[in-house]
Amino acid sequence: MRKGVMRPGHVQIRVLDIEEAVKHYVDLIGLIETDRDEQGRVYLKGWTEVDKYSVVLREADEPGMDFMGFKCVDEATIDSLAEDVRKLGIEVKEIPAGDLKDCGRRMQFVAPTGHTFELYATKEQTGKWGVSNVNPEAWPRDLKGMKATRFDHCLLYGDDLEGNLELFETLGFGLAEQVLDPDNNRVALFLTASMKAHDVAFIKHAEKGKFHHASFYLDTWENVLRAADLISMTNTSLDIGPTRHGLTHGQTIYFFDPSGNRNEVFCGGDYYYPDHEPTTWKAEDLGKAIFYHDRQLNERFLSVLT
Amino acid sequence: MAIENVYQISVINRQQVFWLPQGEPLLMGMEKACQHAINVGCRGGGCGLCKIKVLQGDYQTKRMSRAHISEEEQALGFALACRLTPLSDLVIESDHFKLHTQQPKIS
Repeated sequence: MRKGVMRPGHVQIRVLDIEEAVKHYVDLIGLIETDRDEQGRVYLKGWTEVDKYSVVLREADEPGMDFMGFKCVDEATIDSLAEDVRKLGIEVKEIPAGDLKDCGRRMQFVAPTGHTFELYATKEQTGKWGVSNVNPEAWPRDLKGMKATRFDHCLLYGDDLEGNLELFETLGFGLAEQVLDPDNNRVALFLTASMKAHDVAFIKHAEKGKFHHASFYLDTWENVLRAADLISMTNTSLDIGPTRHGLTHGQTIYFFDPSGNRNEVFCGGDYYYPDHEPTTWKAEDLGKAIFYHDRQLNERFLSVLT
Repeated sequence: MAIENVYQISVINRQQVFWLPQGEPLLMGMEKACQHAINVGCRGGGCGLCKIKVLQGDYQTKRMSRAHISEEEQALGFALACRLTPLSDLVIESDHFKLHTQQPKIS
């Protein structure tokens, strides 16, 4: 049952060199730089997103994800959801407004898999970039690179998937897809607060708190192929693709930012309503579930993480 | 054997030798030479899959994830091959990547 979480609102990603990273996310992926702060963090967004930013880059010694935030419908909702999270025995701390630029207070907690998540309801809205809200044109003409439209989801690796399922069901997410091993243990969760096939996903892994990828949405398969061309033109580190996933059926390409954080751009994918039974993939067919055409995993999919 | 403008890379744990053009990062140069002596991951200093130990030779490195190369290890010759550019012939050991299953990561 939905409880007021609207969408993935932002992800803060650690990078080894901030200017190299900005060049990658802006010139190649096509995000828009919207601000910087006194800590040196850089704020970015996809052009269709109405809020001021959805990606925050922070220079650090160790790449990976600092946290992922979900935007909720109002301030009362983040208080009531924080209370629900505390009832699970998970500590929730309130981060004051302004810690992230032009963002309201955030209720932050560490999930059983070791990843940090937060809920917030207020962020400056600057509107879609480059188009008016009245009689809008189809797209702005001066987009760069892959012209990513929005930050879409993250895939994260960690150990306690059952704990995370309980947490995200408490937050009103639905389980759209899952991977079950032969003993019916869940080894992957695709969770959604919306009609999308996933707003966040988890795969079982021995370490806590690992980052597999942040994903950005493109409109068409043609755009995914064009993204592949740009990856070659810029000598960017390719992981795999273009191909299709079995899970969610999205059409995809994986590549890496200059600090080794994996990115995805994708299009398509299945939809979800709260009355849908979870779609199940069997772990013994994981190759087809992940890479629908090759039908086998590349070594990197399970082992290369930040 | 003396070859101009290349360095000889000896990967002793895999008993492999290949040649790398000067100025080429070790991992990507190895891939271009169609060699498989070091595991390839993100190629950006983040994932740790290409962790090696340099036993002999000179090299320079770009910034590498501290989750995989501590300051102490760096001083002992550990490095990520994707961030390392040889400045001489090298003798190395590959396959030093390890999972970190003990402590949760702190943001």
